[in-house]
Amino acid sequence: MGKTIRGLIFVVDDNIDTDQIIPAEYLTLVPSKPDEYEKLGSYALIGLPDRYGKFIAEGEMKTIYPIIIAGENFGCGSSREHAPIALGAAGVEAVVAQSYARIFFRNCTATGELYPWEVGDRLCDQFETGQEVTIDFEQNRLINHTLNQEYSLQPLGDVGPVIDAGGIFAYARQTGMIATKA
Amino acid sequence: MGMTLTEKILARAAGRAGVEPGDNIWVNVDLLMTHDVCGPGTIGVFKREFGADAKVWDSEKIVLIPDHYIFTADERANRNVDILRDFAHEQDIKYFYDITDRSNFKANPDYKGVCHIALAQEGHTRPGEVMFGTDSHTCNAGAFGQFATGIGNTDAGFILGTGKLLIKVPATMRFVLDGEMPNYLLAKDLILQIIGDIGVAGATYRTMEFVGTAVETMTMEERMTLCNMVIEAGGKNGVIAPDETTFEYVRSRTDKPFEAVYSDADALLYSDRHYDVTQLEPVVAKPHSPDNRALARECSDVKIDRVYIGSCTGGKTSDFLHAAEILKGHQVKVPTYIVPATQKVYEDLFTMKYDGQTLSEILLTAGCIEPAAPSCAACLGGPKDTFGRMNEPEVCVSTTNRNFPGRMGNKQSQVYLASPYTAAASALTGYVTDPREFLS
Ligand code: SF4
Repeated sequence: MGKTIRGLIFVVDDNIDTDQIIPAEYLTLVPSKPDEYEKLGSYALIGLPDRYGKFIAEGEMKTIYPIIIAGENFGCGSSREHAPIALGAAGVEAVVAQSYARIFFRNCTATGELYPWEVGDRLCDQFETGQEVTIDFEQNRLINHTLNQEYSLQPLGDVGPVIDAGGIFAYARQTGMIATKA
Repeated sequence: MGMTLTEKILARAAGRAGVEPGDNIWVNVDLLMTHDVCGPGTIGVFKREFGADAKVWDSEKIVLIPDHYIFTADERANRNVDILRDFAHEQDIKYFYDITDRSNFKANPDYKGVCHIALAQEGHTRPGEVMFGTDSHTCNAGAFGQFATGIGNTDAGFILGTGKLLIKVPATMRFVLDGEMPNYLLAKDLILQIIGDIGVAGATYRTMEFVGTAVETMTMEERMTLCNMVIEAGGKNGVIAPDETTFEYVRSRTDKPFEAVYSDADALLYSDRHYDVTQLEPVVAKPHSPDNRALARECSDVKIDRVYIGSCTGGKTSDFLHAAEILKGHQVKVPTYIVPATQKVYEDLFTMKYDGQTLSEILLTAGCIEPAAPSCAACLGGPKDTFGRMNEPEVCVSTTNRNFPGRMGNKQSQVYLASPYTAAASALTGYVTDPREFLS
C-alpha cells in the first residue's frame, strides 16, 4: 500500500475564512522563524465559533486531529500564508473539503504544509469530530473507520508531487527549474 | 479567437502570442508589493532559499509598505517594521515607505499608509502590467487595467529571487454595469450587489471584468472600490479597461511608460451578467459574510453601536467626501471612527472642501471621532490596542470589506458592510439606514 494518512478528524462547515484559521492579532508571528512557527500552530483555528469545540486542547501546542473535514470554500479571505502554516505547524497533514479558496489552495502547495484534498460528497454533514479516517493516496479514497464507509476523493493531480517534495522551492530544485542551493 | 484584457496582459508577460484559460504559464513580474505582516516572512523565505547574501531580482520593482500594525505598542509588530527597514537598506530597495516616529505619523514624510491606496497614489499602478502582492486586496489595482492579485509569502519569496511566477490563466466573468448612477448609490453598493448574487466563491479562480456606462463615468477611486472586493467573491483579479480617466490619474503620478490593452470583441467569456444600475438600491452585507446581502432599508430595525469609515475599500478621499455629504449639518448618534487610508487622504480631509467647509470640519462638527493616523487599523482587528478595534461584542456599520466572525476583533461582534453613504446615514440614526433618508 502506498502513502496513507490515518487519524482523527475535526469537522467544520462552509466558508471557514483565514481570520478563523488564524486571527489577525497573531499575524505578528513570522512563520519563517522556527519558534514563531511553533507558536502560530498553537493558535490554529482559534477564531472558530465556540460551537465547534476546541481544536487544540488547553495548554497544548499541537492538535490531536491531523485531518480536517470541511464544506465549501475553505480558507477564503486574506492571502496570509500564516493560515496553512498554522494548520501545518499544529500537526494537520490534510484537509478534505468540497472546495477551497484559490489563494489558500495555492499556499498549501507553495509551502508544502498540507494536502488540500477535494471531495464531491458533503462529508462535513455526515462526519463528526473525533471519528477516525484513513486517506489512501494511491486509490484517492477516504475511509471512515468509525462509520465503516468509503468515499472517493478527487485526485491531487499536479499539486501532489509539489507537496510531496515539501513545497515549490524543493520541487523547483528537484526538477531543475531553479539551481540547487550552494 | 480573441483574448480578454487579462489574457492579453498575461500572454505578453509570458512572452507568448496567446494564452487560454487554464494554461499554466511563467510570467515576468513588473511589481511585487509586500507589507509589515507578510514582508518579514517573505524575506525569511527568500533568505532561506536563495542564501543570506542573495540579491533581489530588481530593487526598483519591489515596493515595501508598512501599513497594517503600525500604531501599536506590540513589540513583535514593531520589530516586523524593523525587518522591512533592514531589508530595504541591505537590498537598496527604491520604494520603501518608512515610519520611524510612531508617536506622530506626520513626522514621517515617507510614510504612506494602506498599501493598495498608496500604490495607486504613488504611481505604482499602471495599465498592462503584472503586479503581485502579499495581500489579498492587491486586486484593487485591476482598476487601472492591469493584472494584480494576492499571493502568499512563499510565492513572494520566489519572486524576490527570480522575478517570475508560475500561474494559471483565469477565465473571465464579465459584468456589464449600465445606466446613470443614481445619486444615492456608490460603487460599494454595486460590488455588494454582485457578491450577493454570485456568492463568496462565485468567482473562484476567475477574473471579474467590469464594463458598461456606469463604470466609464466612475472616478478612479470608485473603480478601485469595485476591483478591491473581487476577492470577496473568490476572484483572482478584477479588471477595468483603461481610458482617459485612468491615463490622467496615472500620468499625473509617474513618468513610467505603460502599454494599455483591451479585451477583444470576440474574446471568450466564462459568463456575462448585465445590471441596470438605475434599478438598484443601497445594500449592506449582513454578518457574517460579504455575500449576505440585504437592502439597507430592510435592516432599519438593526440597532448599531458604532460606525467605522476606513480601509482600502472605504477610506479614500472620496469615501469621506461622500460621508460628509450626508453628515453635514447633522449629529451622529453613535461613535463614528474616521480612518484615512493614507497620509495623502488625511491631508485631503483638512484641505478639501464640501459646501464651504473642509471635510474634517464637517466630520468633527457632526460629532465623529478625530481622524486617526492612516493605517489598516481595525479593518482586520489586529493587536488589542488598535484604533477602533471591536473589543466588545458590538454591532458596527463599516465601509470595510470583510465581516467574517472576529474580523474586526471580538468573535461575537457583528459587522454590516456598507457604502460611505449608508454608513454615514446609519451614524446619524443609530440604526442601519438607507441614505435616501438624508439625500434630497
Ligand atoms: S485596509 Fe483592511 S483590507 Fe485593506 S489592506 Fe488593510 S487590512 Fe487589508
